[in-house]
Amino acid sequence: MTLIFGIPLSVMSGQLLLGLINGAFYALLSLGLAIIFGLLRIINFAHGAQYMLGAFAAVMGLNYLGVNYWMALVLAPLLVGVVGVLIERFLLRRIAGEDHLYGLLLTFGLALILEGSFVKLFGVSGSSYPMPEQLKGGYNLGFMFLPTYRAWVIVAALAVCLVTWFMIERTRLGSYLRAGTENPKLMQAFGINVPLLITLTYGYGAALAAFAGVLAAPIYSVTPTMGANLLIVVFAVVVIGGMGSIMGAIVTGLAMGLIEGLTKVFYPEAANTVVFLVMVLVLLVRPAGLFGKEA
Amino acid sequence: MTSLQIKTGAARLQPQVVLERQQAATRRKRWFYLALFAVALVAPMAIYPVFLMKLLCFALFACAFNLLLGYAGLLSFGHAAFLATGGYVTGFLLSHYSGLGTELGILAGTLTSAVLGLLFGLLAIRRQGIYFAMITLALAQLVFFIYVQAPFTGGENGLHGVPRGQLFGLFDLNNNLTLYYFVLAVFVFGYAVIQRTIHSPYGQVLKAIRENEPRAISLGYNVDAHKLLAFVISAALTGLAGSTKTVVFQLASLTDAHWHMSGEVILMTLLGGVGTVLGPLVGATVVVTLQSYLSNGPLGEWVHVILGLIFVICVLLFRVGIVGWVLKLSRRNF
Repeated sequence: MTLIFGIPLSVMSGQLLLGLINGAFYALLSLGLAIIFGLLRIINFAHGAQYMLGAFAAVMGLNYLGVNYWMALVLAPLLVGVVGVLIERFLLRRIAGEDHLYGLLLTFGLALILEGSFVKLFGVSGSSYPMPEQLKGGYNLGFMFLPTYRAWVIVAALAVCLVTWFMIERTRLGSYLRAGTENPKLMQAFGINVPLLITLTYGYGAALAAFAGVLAAPIYSVTPTMGANLLIVVFAVVVIGGMGSIMGAIVTGLAMGLIEGLTKVFYPEAANTVVFLVMVLVLLVRPAGLFGKEA
Repeated sequence: MTSLQIKTGAARLQPQVVLERQQAATRRKRWFYLALFAVALVAPMAIYPVFLMKLLCFALFACAFNLLLGYAGLLSFGHAAFLATGGYVTGFLLSHYSGLGTELGILAGTLTSAVLGLLFGLLAIRRQGIYFAMITLALAQLVFFIYVQAPFTGGENGLHGVPRGQLFGLFDLNNNLTLYYFVLAVFVFGYAVIQRTIHSPYGQVLKAIRENEPRAISLGYNVDAHKLLAFVISAALTGLAGSTKTVVFQLASLTDAHWHMSGEVILMTLLGGVGTVLGPLVGATVVVTLQSYLSNGPLGEWVHVILGLIFVICVLLFRVGIVGWVLKLSRRNF
């Protein structure tokens, strides 16, 4: 058996794979946070709750309406995106001119409401989501076993990340978005409907979170608090990467997942905390974050 | 940072009139505090002392938090870490060293929180605004995970049956009434420290930094050192509140370290009135009363939803808070 630093290769690659999957979720969520932050200048504390909503939408869609996994992958983000649009239009817009910290507090309140109601309705233990038929089984790569679903999660998450990156960096709509991030007033003077752009951006960010939630449903247990704990790690990822660049958010997310996986192999006790420790290191060495622009 | 501050109605008046008004306000304030203190002295005759002590602990927690948010403009989302650290250190020391006076246990908890506050502060003040909030939250989560695994915290179970012990070897704190007056003294001490800080020249500089940081820098103030000191004072007093709470309930648990706790203290301050002296006191009273009222009623399981709703309503419609609102009304009428 091949050994790397005294660890069997299969164990090592297995943990790296798990890390990569966590990293894919970090990337999707921190990407959504970064996009929302870019235009609205608020940190969306409800992001974890929207991720949880996505997963629950998939579970309930299957149980009550017979919506299959592939449909859920499209419908749940749409649904949560619409909820996001409503939140932006009727709540966040009212405090747009105020201190940005109020946006954080408002979305924190929303997260408490959503999670609290789901705990009341479904209990803390939550439910599970069956693996879709087409993605069961796996491949034997010789040095490790690769479950199909886990490969799919990585591919799907990366594809969505890259499409988002392409949309923002290479299309006309994305150029409006980037210009709006720089100077919303000037954009409005040029006749671009900035309020609409802001609403759609928040909706898209929420939809990204919900998409991650549906992807997570078959491998993680679906509980009302699944998003809250993940979100704090994603905050640390955002601090590490800095919210200056879209690609930075994706790369940092994946890297932190991998580091977490490695920690599980070599020092499992610190697996929960390693991302926060990396954050401390980055703050000491490069306070603006790895890809950050501002000090 | 324009909206987090309370606007004082500074109309242009003759200096003499201003001075008289200020003196009258000071007199009113003194009478108000005396009346409040008198009420606090007789309160345990009418209300269950343990509930009152809980209230005082959370009020001190919220006041310490408000020193940071209201006067330095720093939103910490990690204050639960200081509350829990004070509680765990005091709880561990009092459980394992039976000869130790309660006052020393509390002092140790407070100092440990201050040191933790120094470490948090050194890291967090490197970034501003929203990042500051995220960093403090992440650091507090790091502390939470350490406490889940550390041997001295009792993990998920927490520390139970912490002995209340003796105060200075003289007063037996197992008597609820004796303990109540001790907790009241602790609160008054903490409150006085905060008052002194706010009204000192240092407090004025803090406010200047909150209002306009670049200008404070250009005037030659070491902004980071000022912020750091505010953070340490706030953390120490939060630790004091946590230590005292552990003595009252004879319990230190992970609930205090959870980020929900950091959220609750923000809610108390926001509801009472950010940047007002009495706001956190009022906010803590309302939130703690509401929680204990709800947990006994049919709405017990909806506590978090209701707290969340209050959060949303506060941010949308009631940003000045209860005390800010009363101040606004009184200014209009006088």
